[in-house]
Amino acid sequence: MTVTTEPAARRRPRSGRAPWEEPPSPLGAATKAVLLTLLVAAVLLPLWVVLVTSLASRETIDAAGGMVLVPREVDPSAYLTIFNGGQISRAVWISTLVTVVGTALSLTLTVLAAYGLSRPGSVGHRGLLFFFLLTFLIFPGLVPSYLVVAGLGLKDSIWSLILPSAISVFNLVVIRAFFLNIPGELLDSARVDGAGELRILWRIALPLSRAVVAVVGLFYAVGYWNAYFNSVLYIDDNDMFPIQRVLQSYILAGQSPSVSGAAVSLPGITAYPPTLAVKMAVVVVTVIPAVIVFPFVQRHFTKGVITGAVKG
Amino acid sequence: MSTREAAGVVAAPATDPPAPPRPVTRRRRRLRTRLARDWPLLAMTAPAAALLLVFHYLPTLGNVIAFQDYNPFLGDGPLDAFLGSEWIGFGNFEALFTDPLFWDAVRNTLTITAFQLVFFFPLPILLAILLNSVVSGRVRAFVQSVVYLPHFFSWVLVVTFFVQMLGGAGLLAQELRDAGMQPWNIMTNPDTFIVLVTGEAVWKDLGWGAIVFLAALAAIDPNLYEAAAADGAGRWRRLWHITLPGLRPVIVLLLIMRLGDALSVGFEQFILQRDAVGRDAAEVLDTFVYYQAIVTQQWGLGAAAGLFKAMVGLALILTANHVAHRLGEQGVYSRS
Repeated sequence: MTVTTEPAARRRPRSGRAPWEEPPSPLGAATKAVLLTLLVAAVLLPLWVVLVTSLASRETIDAAGGMVLVPREVDPSAYLTIFNGGQISRAVWISTLVTVVGTALSLTLTVLAAYGLSRPGSVGHRGLLFFFLLTFLIFPGLVPSYLVVAGLGLKDSIWSLILPSAISVFNLVVIRAFFLNIPGELLDSARVDGAGELRILWRIALPLSRAVVAVVGLFYAVGYWNAYFNSVLYIDDNDMFPIQRVLQSYILAGQSPSVSGAAVSLPGITAYPPTLAVKMAVVVVTVIPAVIVFPFVQRHFTKGVITGAVKG
Repeated sequence: MSTREAAGVVAAPATDPPAPPRPVTRRRRRLRTRLARDWPLLAMTAPAAALLLVFHYLPTLGNVIAFQDYNPFLGDGPLDAFLGSEWIGFGNFEALFTDPLFWDAVRNTLTITAFQLVFFFPLPILLAILLNSVVSGRVRAFVQSVVYLPHFFSWVLVVTFFVQMLGGAGLLAQELRDAGMQPWNIMTNPDTFIVLVTGEAVWKDLGWGAIVFLAALAAIDPNLYEAAAADGAGRWRRLWHITLPGLRPVIVLLLIMRLGDALSVGFEQFILQRDAVGRDAAEVLDTFVYYQAIVTQQWGLGAAAGLFKAMVGLALILTANHVAHRLGEQGVYSRS
């Protein structure tokens, strides 16, 4: 990964130490190197082992006695199995749908509201802002939330996985901080020229805040993709399970002998014997979006969110 | 630590300059002209506000069922059920406070919070200082991007990775067996559960938690270090007298937020593992609410437990913030 946009890295000289700084002791340098290597290995080793095992043949897995550390061949049969239209293909589709629709909705409404709240002194500004910020202190609790979603008849629909968590006030505050920083003269001159608020948002405010809006969108997307518990609450229909739910029932519930209310048996899957490779392939499929999204978040993150937040 | 906590620190509610006072006599007309000018802004804010109203504030009001013997099967729908259910005052709270399972959950929650305060909270600070001391920019950037990654994994994935690496059929057990040793299964051992959940939390969020400290470190004036070095302060003295004081506001802020959140230790992480290690070790307040209300259908009792948690949490965060103000720190929010 080529990521170089950490502010500390940019503000300080790329390498080398200041002239007044004493060179490190050999012991100190060695300790540092060992610690950093261990940290990196602790993250990358599990990813590697899971990926290798998902691509291993039955013989390799048997020879290794389980998880495979050293690859011997690339056998895609596990992936072919899970994408032949069973429960897992459907779960991937549901999760993708929730992620795409949810992110589009969340981002649109968050940007609109952030812009609507970015003009101190406008009608109702203080009251509305308070209405949004109060959500940081007061939480609804699980039971009434469940009853509201069930009462609206959203159970077993993808909207139950989208609407309750659609607005993150934290994200809204971050974007709003950016909008507040746009020079007022710029907006006023556009208004004098007869541009409406939507047009100003689209033509001026958004292009100036592209990085932070991108990061917030990615956070929303990761949140939707990773959500697990809302499906335990709101989805009873096997055909509507998102991928995290399938992963849980397939691997974790298979591991624990007593099966909770959260766990289910999956008819589509028990049809073939779940080899370790197939399980690990499901893990890889679940990981992939996070790994794809990550470099983008990395590139914009410190630039976008931290600086914006500090200014806010 | 969640995204919200890691970055939310610095983003906490900004206060705006108050609008200039307007003459009272012409208020109505002013309001009309202002509305004519500002209605697009209101219209843009409305959809998000409506969603919060329905999915945040309406359930917040719905907490009143904690004072009912709530029966969801009365009438057709939660509203009918709410209107038809009997009001029983503090009956649910009495039942709750005499329920030993509830106190077990409270004790587990607080124990885990305390444990993580000692064994998790300082680690991101140490990592930030360690990373900051790495001279090579390239090494630093590489390590950072690797340790940030697990933050983007779901809890289901994190627990899965731990099962596959450290569980009874995982890589470690395999290697131990090959080496002729007796493997143990940390994933199902209630006695070491607290270490396990802390380890998982560290794996997921250590790097992410360090970001905010790295930002604070970058904001420390390098001239301070140079002046201290010129005065003969060594590496460790500089760490103690410059670096740590520079980090103090952020540390206090995060500590306050963690204390205010003392009754939450992560929900999915515990739901996912409660069955593997058993209720005695893994029942925390959030899972207690879920099992009481939705699994065993004692709605009023579950709502009472949830309301109790919310009220105590609110009191904790207000107190912690007050203490921070007293100590001269900025705190999470301030009076505008």
